[in-house]
Order: sequence, then structure tokens, then C-alpha cells
Amino acid sequence: MATVPMAHGLLFAGLLFVLGVLGLLVRRNVVFVLLSLEIMLNAAGLAFIVAGARWGQADGQVMFILILAAAAAELAVGLALVLRFRRHFKSLDPGAASTMRG
Amino acid sequence: MNVAFYISAVIAILATLAAISRREAIHALVYFVVSLLAAAVAFLVLGAPFAAALEVITYVGAIMVMFLFVIMTLVPDTRTNGDQPRVKGRSWLVPLLLTFVLIGDIVYVAAMGTAFSVSGVEVSPRQVGQTLFGPYTLAVEMASMLLLAGLVGAYHLGRHRSRK
Repeated sequence: MATVPMAHGLLFAGLLFVLGVLGLLVRRNVVFVLLSLEIMLNAAGLAFIVAGARWGQADGQVMFILILAAAAAELAVGLALVLRFRRHFKSLDPGAASTMRG
Repeated sequence: MNVAFYISAVIAILATLAAISRREAIHALVYFVVSLLAAAVAFLVLGAPFAAALEVITYVGAIMVMFLFVIMTLVPDTRTNGDQPRVKGRSWLVPLLLTFVLIGDIVYVAAMGTAFSVSGVEVSPRQVGQTLFGPYTLAVEMASMLLLAGLVGAYHLGRHRSRK
């Protein structure tokens, strides 16, 4: 029975997470910031699945389900904030909100 | 069988790379959906079929559709006179191609039959349910409170200020 080495699964999750961080740092658009957050949450869930599969326990999938609930709640509030942001600042650039000087 | 995992991993990473580098938010969303589907195939190969199904149903089917609605309201020029004659450009071609590779991948997994994973055992939905509502009952309650807080927060932030 061929198996996938755990290191490769974690490397996969780590690469996805790094791509999410990269998108978060590079993009200047609140929609892409939210998308990058979703990429990172998904990568974290993937790491839990890999770890759960390593020991053959259900805990990894349970944590994935909890991450899914967190992602749904976070995105609902985040998207409402994006709509609010757009209405208030007439822009999607997060820099538009930096009105505090100091 | 290893091959199925690596194909889905490569597709997920390529699609994510495309998602964070697209100019149009809607194109990025399509690539991210492909990335999530690839991750679902990876879950299946890793012996987590329940998580794979949840990824497709909840993440792609619910969360990303919510994202899609918001992006559609953010698009500045939505004034179109009826249906457009055709989609401009070939931006749909690459995601479609990646999805077909994924379909081939999952057919290969299905043809091979048995589940494979890091440790070689499949964690069934029954086990997940017993763990979720056994030792993790408190976490389930906390998740429900979190979703309620998300609902109330989204409603509060999303409503229009009537008096101003």
C-alpha cells in the first residue's frame, strides 16, 4: 500500500500558507486581502487533515470542521466590512482607511 | 496512488498562485475555487472523505458563493442590456483545463478503489461524528456561538443606516 510521506503533505500545506501570506502582503485590495485570509485558513485545515491522517485519528477532521466554521463566520463579517468600507471610502484600497496620522 | 496526491497538490499550488496574481477579483475567485477543489481531492487521497465532501459543499458551495455575491455587487459597471453575446477573452480556459485534470485525477482514485493516506488508513465519517459529538461537544457549542456572532455582526455591519 503506497502512502504519502507526512513531510510532503505538510510541505504542501506550508506552500499554500506562504502563498496566502504573499497575497496578503502584495495585494492592495481588500477583496484580495480576504481571499488571502481564506487561502491561509484552508492551508491550516489541510495541515490538520495531514496530521489527522498520519495517526489515523478523527481529530484532524474535527479541527478542520471547526476551522470551516471559523472561516464562514470570519468571511461573513469581513464581506460586510468590505461593503461598508467601499460605501464609506469609495475605494477598495486598504490604504484609504489610514486616516490616523502619528 | 501517490501520483494522485502530487497532481492535486501541484494543481492547488498553481491555482492559488494564479488566484493571488489575477487583476480581476472574479478571475481570482474562480482560480481559488479550483484550488479548493484540488485540496478536496487531496483530502480524499489522504483518507479523509468526509472533509473532502465538506470542502466542496461548504467551502466552494456556500462560502465562495457568498464571496461571489459580494464581488458582483462591487463590480462598478453592472449595467448590461440583456445577456452579453459571449464571454470576452479566454480567461475561463485555464481553470477549465485544471478542473478537467482534477476530474481525471479523481477518476483514477476511484478506479484504484481503496483509500490511501499518510498512515494507510481511512478515517470514516462515522468516526468523525463520534469524535465530534463525543469529546468535542464543547467545541461544537463554541462553533455555534461563533457562527451566531458572525451572523449578528454581518447583519449589523451590512444594514443601511436609515437616519443620517
